[in-house]
Amino acid sequence: MAPPHVPASAGDLTPELLGTSEWSDQLVAAAGIPMYDIPFLTVGGGMGSFVTLDYLRIYGVPASQMRVVSNIDTPWQTYEFLTRCSQIPRSERIRSDSASRPDNIWGFPSYALQETWTDKTPAYLWQLLTEPLLNDYWTPRAGTVFQSLEREAKRIDYWDMLVKGQVRMVRRRAGGGYFTVVTPPEGSAPTKRIIFRSRFVHIAIGYPGLKFLPDLQEFRTKHGDYQHVVNAYEPHEQVYEFLKTRPGTVVIRGGGIVASRVLQRLFDDREKFRLQTQIVHIFRTFVTGSHGPHVWARRKGGDGWAYQGFNYPKSVWGGQLKAQMRRLEGAERAAKYKEMGGTNTPYRRRWQEQMRAGRSGGYYHPVQGTVDRVERGSDGRLVSYVRSSDGIVREPVADYIIDCTGLEADIAEHRIYDDLLRHGGAYRNPVGRLEVERHFEVKGTASGDGVLYASGSATLGGYFPGVDTFLGLQIAAQEIADDLARRGFVRRMGPFRSTSQWFKWAFNSPV
Amino acid sequence: MVPTLAGRIQTRLFLLATVGAIITLLIVPVLPGSSGALGDRYVTGFLVLAAVAVLGVAWELVYHFLMQFRWEKDWPTLFGLLTLVPEGLLLYFLLRSGAVDVIDPVPSAAFWTHFTVVWVGVWLVANGPMRVPFIRWRFRGGRVL
Ligand SMILES: Cc1cc2nc3c(=O)[nH]c(=O)nc-3n(C[C@H](O)[C@H](O)[C@H](O)COP(=O)(O)OP(=O)(O)OC[C@H]3O[C@@H](n4cnc5c(N)ncnc54)[C@H](O)[C@@H]3O)c2cc1C
Repeated sequence: MAPPHVPASAGDLTPELLGTSEWSDQLVAAAGIPMYDIPFLTVGGGMGSFVTLDYLRIYGVPASQMRVVSNIDTPWQTYEFLTRCSQIPRSERIRSDSASRPDNIWGFPSYALQETWTDKTPAYLWQLLTEPLLNDYWTPRAGTVFQSLEREAKRIDYWDMLVKGQVRMVRRRAGGGYFTVVTPPEGSAPTKRIIFRSRFVHIAIGYPGLKFLPDLQEFRTKHGDYQHVVNAYEPHEQVYEFLKTRPGTVVIRGGGIVASRVLQRLFDDREKFRLQTQIVHIFRTFVTGSHGPHVWARRKGGDGWAYQGFNYPKSVWGGQLKAQMRRLEGAERAAKYKEMGGTNTPYRRRWQEQMRAGRSGGYYHPVQGTVDRVERGSDGRLVSYVRSSDGIVREPVADYIIDCTGLEADIAEHRIYDDLLRHGGAYRNPVGRLEVERHFEVKGTASGDGVLYASGSATLGGYFPGVDTFLGLQIAAQEIADDLARRGFVRRMGPFRSTSQWFKWAFNSPV
Repeated sequence: MVPTLAGRIQTRLFLLATVGAIITLLIVPVLPGSSGALGDRYVTGFLVLAAVAVLGVAWELVYHFLMQFRWEKDWPTLFGLLTLVPEGLLLYFLLRSGAVDVIDPVPSAAFWTHFTVVWVGVWLVANGPMRVPFIRWRFRGGRVL
């Protein structure tokens, strides 16, 4: 990194900077914010930033040419927080498959081979061979993923590239490239802000925010009760702890994998501690069987759920659907998204058993319905007013309500995206998120010879749908690395370098 | 790898021409029940390999059609292995019946050993090691070009 340009004065954003969409070097210098030059900067420091840096390091970019600005210490920190809340501790298995390896760009050896070796359990190979026909998909333990990520992060000198801080905005630079404004942790820098000047910027800041179901949000705000109406993505151990002390009823909302996880936890606890927990599960869309417009587009389902191994049909990450989507624009693309979209969860044999036992045992009650409102009953418990499509109105009373819908906030709720939409030239795609090119350049944001890329959930709706997954982030990273190669920033990796780099990975030697 | 139609065909041809050819080179001298000059046996071995490739293009069309009935448009690993049975049987009967007369009669044991070892070899490589030199292959539905 080049030495900082000496600040002249206070070192904070000025009204002039805030109001100008494209900044000149002089304008920034006049504000007295220290400026550092770095050719490639990635913002976020989660899984998306990590896999992008991993690709570029393996392609041959030195660590000194790249920085990652983040408010977390390890790339898996946010992911681990969310999975832990939603009942996937390190010992549990995640959703994505054996070859989705964010710590290994080749996906070989897959996690199943690795765990077969470390656990000395050949049964994993049998499961891998027969998935998804005779068995559930084999998926890795969360712990396996985190350990492997740590190893790879060390190998590519991840922590030498990490700069802690909160990114406030990315603005175009007159003459090419971008300025990234960072608020460093208090006391760690002499000024309130620092700025990175780069030719290439990559944004991977994950979810813009979590959103609650409106009726639940209303209840929480009205009663100031954040203990009994909870979101599965926030810590909610108190629910399970309460249920251990006395019999209770829980309402679950949502029909995705998070609902499956929470159900599993409730069923497991019921069995382990001999509890009396009653569960009312409200599906807005209650799937009763195979569904879809024609025999070539029919997804399995039943008992309320739509079943699918991963969050999109498998061929989205490399097969037919990926190839098809890559060619679609506008309304056609939106229609294709709609056709294969919809909340779903994997069909897992253990979950099926537990739900069957729950239905026949009379303690698990799946129902279709939309909730008009939630109110506090006279005994202080929660009454949901549920109207089902056949006109029946139910009023289940519960001690806790868990929102498992995992709704994401609009991209403009995040300051960085909001700023990009206002000042950066970015615009929305057919599903309302950030429109990106096939190589993940944010459309409309080009600046001279500089390029702004984005990956992750904010880019859903583009030419590639599987963006918010490990493998999808890697696909994006590869597109970005190849685009950077076209622009001369790094050499495109061919079969020979790839193979020799794979051996380095295998022997855990530096790239 | 989840294949597209072009990817299926390309992967098959590529892997037969590389992995299949190497295995054939190594295995022909030790195939059970075969006799005659080694050179002739090699010719037969490679013709069988070529037949797997040519017939295979037609098979891939069938597989691609069948895949359309799957919601995920995927092709489970096990299918890639088990399709050995119909493909092997068809080729075996074609050779037996003399329908492919450019290929000399092959003893059953030699045919099945050769065919199975090549098949399993190709299948194993396609399910992992192929991704090591070709990092873009799995994201392009198996297209090599
Ligand atoms: C419960 C759950 C389970 C999942 N399971 C799977 C799975 O099994 N397989 C799979 O492939 N995918 C899974 N996913 C999807 C997975 O989360 C994503 O694939 C991946 O973690 C997203 O990576 P990301 O980089 O986009 O976001 P993150 O990993 O969240 O990283 C973004 C980071 O940016 C930081 N950030 C935000 N704003 C700023 C700012 N202004 N300045 C600095 N830093 C900032 C945030 O702190 C965050 O840490 C799951 C998601 C959830 C919620």
